[in-house]
Amino acid sequence: MTDRNIPVTEDELHAYVDGELPAERRSDVEAWLATHPDDAARVHSWRAMAEVLHARYDSIADEAVPKRLEIERLVRAPRRWVYGAVAATLAAFIVGGGVGWFARDATATPSVLQNFTAHAIDAHRLYVVEVRHPVEVPGSERGHLQQWLTKRCGWVVRAPELSGAGLKLVGGRLLPSSGKPASFMMYESASGERFTIYTAKSDAEATQMRFAADGRESTLFWADDGIIYAVVSTGADRTRLNQVAQAVYDQMEKKG
Amino acid sequence: MSAFRQSVEAMIPALRRYARALARDADIADDLVQDTLVRALRSERLFLGGDVRSWLYTILTNLNKNRRRSLARRPQFMPLSDNNPDASGTEAEGRDIARALSTLVEEQRSVLLLVMLEGLSYREVADIQGVPIGTVMSRLARARAHVKASLEGERTALRRVK
Repeated sequence: MTDRNIPVTEDELHAYVDGELPAERRSDVEAWLATHPDDAARVHSWRAMAEVLHARYDSIADEAVPKRLEIERLVRAPRRWVYGAVAATLAAFIVGGGVGWFARDATATPSVLQNFTAHAIDAHRLYVVEVRHPVEVPGSERGHLQQWLTKRCGWVVRAPELSGAGLKLVGGRLLPSSGKPASFMMYESASGERFTIYTAKSDAEATQMRFAADGRESTLFWADDGIIYAVVSTGADRTRLNQVAQAVYDQMEKKG
Repeated sequence: MSAFRQSVEAMIPALRRYARALARDADIADDLVQDTLVRALRSERLFLGGDVRSWLYTILTNLNKNRRRSLARRPQFMPLSDNNPDASGTEAEGRDIARALSTLVEEQRSVLLLVMLEGLSYREVADIQGVPIGTVMSRLARARAHVKASLEGERTALRRVK
């Protein structure tokens, strides 16, 4: 038996309406509402709001499912990665971004690393929002992707195996970084959380892992053996980002 | 059809409802659902059991978040159909609620819809958004207060015009 004299909190009112209140507290809340007309009015307005929501949107759930959303159709014709379909976006990126990079390079000699993380974060922002064409070469062609990027970049590019962190390779692409090639790879979890790995050549021989953030994007980056790596995420907490970056780092170490 | 695909398929109507309330525009909403389904089917191997329903809501919620981020720098267009002056009482109410929802910040709109429209528990919503239950409850409280005020504001505005 709970104490009827314990005042009912606003959280409890919400929980009451949403059926989340422990059963033994329900009658207390009901008794409270009988004597507190303001709270009773709020509860009433929330219920009315739910009714309006259902009246407005339930009809959509009752409609016939459009053809393009039929499972059979989606399974039969899986979406293909369209090579080069992002050419226009990429061109805009190179032209628009290139000017900025040139200007930055001219003035920002002390911050090669800063420049690099800015490129890595720009690339991340540009492509993680792409649902259909986030990459040029899909993860299913891992071997080809590694070969191609290695050939174009001039160092050994490997797509790390991150299934231990719940991530699957979406694929990768070649990008420019201060006029030189950079490799870009994207990973994704089952719930759609995306991480990208950006690598380019660097003058820095080796650095420790460092953290940089810009808005909601954050990155852990480090240089090793003349190559600089950045692991970028949007909104992931530090622990999670660290876990992924560490996994990438460990595999790059083994390579050497 | 596999059990997994069947449970995904069974969720399509509810996903369409959620997406429409979340994104407002019918085409964008179905795009979101399609992309959610494609991802779900593609990640079938990554799905290690558990609740397909929560998982699908999680994907859709994340996709919408990504989409909004990419749109953030572009001007917003309001659907023309929202300005139909001949709407009946129920339609007008539906229009008001759609407008009230569109003024909510993303996380609050998603909490409100998942709880009030889709009937998910606080625990499930906390998992979908990757936040503690307390955060879900405060988002829900703020969302309800905001929508209530917004709906009451609409009525006051209408009275003033008439």
